[in-house]
Amino acid sequence: MSIPTQAARQIPVAEIVFWLVLAAGFWLWPSYLPLASQVLIAGLFALSLDLVLGYAGIVSLGHAAYFGVGAYAAGVLASHGWGEPFSGLLLAAVCAGATGFITSFLVVRGKDLTRLMVTTGIGLLLFELANRLTDVTGGNDGLLGMEMRPLLGTFRFDMYGKVAYGYSLAVTFVLFLLMRRVVNSPFGLSLRGIRDNPGRMLALGYPVHRRLIAMYTLASVYAGIAGALLAQTTQFVGTDVLSFNRSAELMVMLIVGGTGMLYGGLVGAAVFMVAHHYLSDLNPSYWQFWLGAFLIAIVMFGRDGVLGACLRLMRAWRVRAQKAALES
Amino acid sequence: MITSFLGVLFDGLAYGMLLFLISVGLSVTLGLMNFINLAHGAFAMLGGYVCVLALQRWGLPFYLMLPLAFLLSALAGLLLERVLYRHLYRRSHLDQVLATIGLTFMAIASANYFFGPMQQPVQVPQFLSGQISVAGVDLNLYRGFLLAAGAALTLALTLALERTRFGASVRAAVDRPRVAEALGIRVGLVFQVTFAVGCGLAGLGGALGVQVLGLDPAFPLKFIVYFLLVVAVGGTSGLKGPLYAALLLGVIDVAGKYYIPEIGAFIIYAMMVILLVLRPQGLISRK
Amino acid sequence: MFKHHLKLLASTAALLLAANASAQAPLKIGMVVETSGAFADFGMQMMNGARAYMKAHGDTVAGRKVELIVKDTTGVPDVAKRVAQELVTNDKVDFLAGFGLTPSALAVAPLATEAKKPMIVMNAAASVITTRSPYIARVSFTLPQVTAPMATWALRNGIKKVYTLVADYGPGIDAETQFKKTFTAGGGQIVGDVRTPMRNPEFAPFLQRIKDARPQAVFVFLPAGEQAVGFMKGFAERELDKAGIKLIATGDVTEDGVIDAMGDAPLGVITTQHYSVAHDSAENKAFLKAYAEVAGTKQRANFMAVGAWDGMAAMYEVARRLNGNIDGDKAMEVLKGMKIDSPRGPLTIDPATRDPIETIYVRKVEKAKDGKLYNVEFDQFQNVKDPTK
Repeated sequence: MSIPTQAARQIPVAEIVFWLVLAAGFWLWPSYLPLASQVLIAGLFALSLDLVLGYAGIVSLGHAAYFGVGAYAAGVLASHGWGEPFSGLLLAAVCAGATGFITSFLVVRGKDLTRLMVTTGIGLLLFELANRLTDVTGGNDGLLGMEMRPLLGTFRFDMYGKVAYGYSLAVTFVLFLLMRRVVNSPFGLSLRGIRDNPGRMLALGYPVHRRLIAMYTLASVYAGIAGALLAQTTQFVGTDVLSFNRSAELMVMLIVGGTGMLYGGLVGAAVFMVAHHYLSDLNPSYWQFWLGAFLIAIVMFGRDGVLGACLRLMRAWRVRAQKAALES
Repeated sequence: MITSFLGVLFDGLAYGMLLFLISVGLSVTLGLMNFINLAHGAFAMLGGYVCVLALQRWGLPFYLMLPLAFLLSALAGLLLERVLYRHLYRRSHLDQVLATIGLTFMAIASANYFFGPMQQPVQVPQFLSGQISVAGVDLNLYRGFLLAAGAALTLALTLALERTRFGASVRAAVDRPRVAEALGIRVGLVFQVTFAVGCGLAGLGGALGVQVLGLDPAFPLKFIVYFLLVVAVGGTSGLKGPLYAALLLGVIDVAGKYYIPEIGAFIIYAMMVILLVLRPQGLISRK
Repeated sequence: MFKHHLKLLASTAALLLAANASAQAPLKIGMVVETSGAFADFGMQMMNGARAYMKAHGDTVAGRKVELIVKDTTGVPDVAKRVAQELVTNDKVDFLAGFGLTPSALAVAPLATEAKKPMIVMNAAASVITTRSPYIARVSFTLPQVTAPMATWALRNGIKKVYTLVADYGPGIDAETQFKKTFTAGGGQIVGDVRTPMRNPEFAPFLQRIKDARPQAVFVFLPAGEQAVGFMKGFAERELDKAGIKLIATGDVTEDGVIDAMGDAPLGVITTQHYSVAHDSAENKAFLKAYAEVAGTKQRANFMAVGAWDGMAAMYEVARRLNGNIDGDKAMEVLKGMKIDSPRGPLTIDPATRDPIETIYVRKVEKAKDGKLYNVEFDQFQNVKDPTK
């Protein structure tokens, strides 16, 4: 898994191009900006799961818990008359982080299947709670009356999704840069050690539990911000933000992209959601069949997801080019 | 007071047995073979549709429908094992998740295409419907039948696993595939058969479960949490763990809903988290 | 992308050519429906209903060819909002329609206001929906609207002690609140209430509670589909009817589309709702005929299909009255007070609330000559409005 990261470090050009293309999205896909902003939000959310799964090795099927807490935090704030977007993000980060910190003590125990079901359980309990607390969340009908103020006091959220896209892109970019630093720091490296061999790391004197709790909390903060972005750009929050399906779909996106490679979440979200969008436009009833076939094909023909396959292709191509250069 | 408690206990055990029956196939594929088969629900759904077709369209009697549901699901499992699953045994758990979720999506869309998105008519057969009163406690016949079926199935499976040569080779093939191979056990074949049995059991559980749970194309995803939670709470060392876990969860869930209905939606998930935190390896764990 | 620009160019050119030319462009109706996931049958019923209407009344109105653009919400409100945005900004639809679920309708409401697009709610039943945008008109029903008559009917027929059981979510709570209000105001007594979880609805313990409480009747609201099926089976198996407990409910429980999946369990159940396939009228016969042509005979129509049929009728009428030039504000003026000869009976869109005013029927489940179960209407409440507004 370390190879792709190195590759990513060696070729910052590719990274710069990646973000420039996203920034050029206003002109490249002007009529699909609402979809593009939801892709970015899902990508940020998948990035958060990657922190947990790809870097800390905790399998989670309940990550929507923190996404949902963030969405409701931002939503409730906006529906109570404070529609300034950035303060919503901040509140969401704090609430989701706190929830993540508290629940992390339950999660870090046990092995894969146990963790999988504990996280699932936490997600489902929060879902039921949101359904029950109708005074706060609006229950199943959803949270009404979210009025967002213009971004930075000037840009009103429009129905073409321009402001939503710019906003989501900026937030995602900043958080991505931050994460890039974190996973390459000694802290991030120690987590990869824990993921691969926790017993050894413990013997080396690393505070394994504390590291895992820190990473889980950080990931929850990210998930919460992603949730807040969705709430603010949709201007609506339903109990669905906490649903099991959202957690499951998220995991599918991340695996499609590839885990532990930083860009896997963003790539996976884009591939999955664009495929979903395209297929469901072709056939609104039976698109799931082709999406399923697509997922199986990804597993059969590649390892480490789409990104892993791309990196392997690139490496093979470079080796061939070098050979050709040597021969000539 | 006592009679109502006995009634609740009976309903709880029956509900627990239902949970066990719909997830027993997963105890085999995930628990025994350590393969994350999230498409378990798709095989259960197949059993459910076999049940509907057999009873409604082909006019088969109930007791013939059950083996048919087992066989057809096992056959589907066998075929898919050949073309898909055997390529995934050695892959990472995440790849298994992705491929089997993909398979589940395909199954859902197919069911939608062939049967439509609506609820299917499934009825408990005449001789199992209604209830009898024993010492003032109302006992539902079909639930009694589920209890008996679950007990019989557990007994048969446990015997097959622990007392037969095939059972021994399954355990050997899972724990030490190379050594087993060297000892002359055909590991590939053992896996194939075990996997087919797991799928057959999923189908059987589905056929028994849809009478209570209902059946539509969303079935595999709707109940995925229940399949997984029985296996996770029970532990992956055999069938006794999941059985006890299912019965325990069933009784607590039903009792909670009867005595404190306000928290009805929370009980089963809360119990799951508590049990898993207390016993991360499952109720009965491998030493 | 290129194709899209071409399309844009073409439509702009058409606009420039002549004002009349816009009447030749297709009349686009964006259908925001659930066609996959747990609520796929909602979308299926609505699409069948809409297509049946086009089959029966032609696919051209006011000189414009009608085009349905179907988008799957998967039952998720943020997806609903996104596809609605695409329908408005890319496809340039004339109407937004569909909406099986309340959260989806609520998420799209602000968009209807911003884009000034008429939004026809064909099913979603929470009262609050029409208050969220002046561009929403509803042709289905609201839950309190069908619930209140049930309470009134029960009181008139000697039922004084009722236990309520509803699904534990928004609509369930709405139904429970309205039933209790009307029932206790008329002198009835609620002897107990219980809300059942949306997931994991194992009804046995709840049914046992009700049986132990021995009320005269139990009032039930559950979403149409598996929960209703599961409940009915449990009710019959636990023999609550033999214990002398009547079952009264909103029509969702014995909804036409799923009643076949219940066996004989619902025989004799009394429900109130605005539509039954057994309704005897020429309009209903025409509707059922067209529905069968579109959907085949295996699937029975239900109230959602009728909602879509009537929604199409409303949009056709708007197109005719505006000569094919759909303007949001003018369309809403036409919709307010519109009368539709619906398969369910007469229907008026309340000019004040844009909610339907309609007859609510009291029905009893009976077995017809073809051996199938039907909700047979035997009493009615005329011109019922949403009681919460």
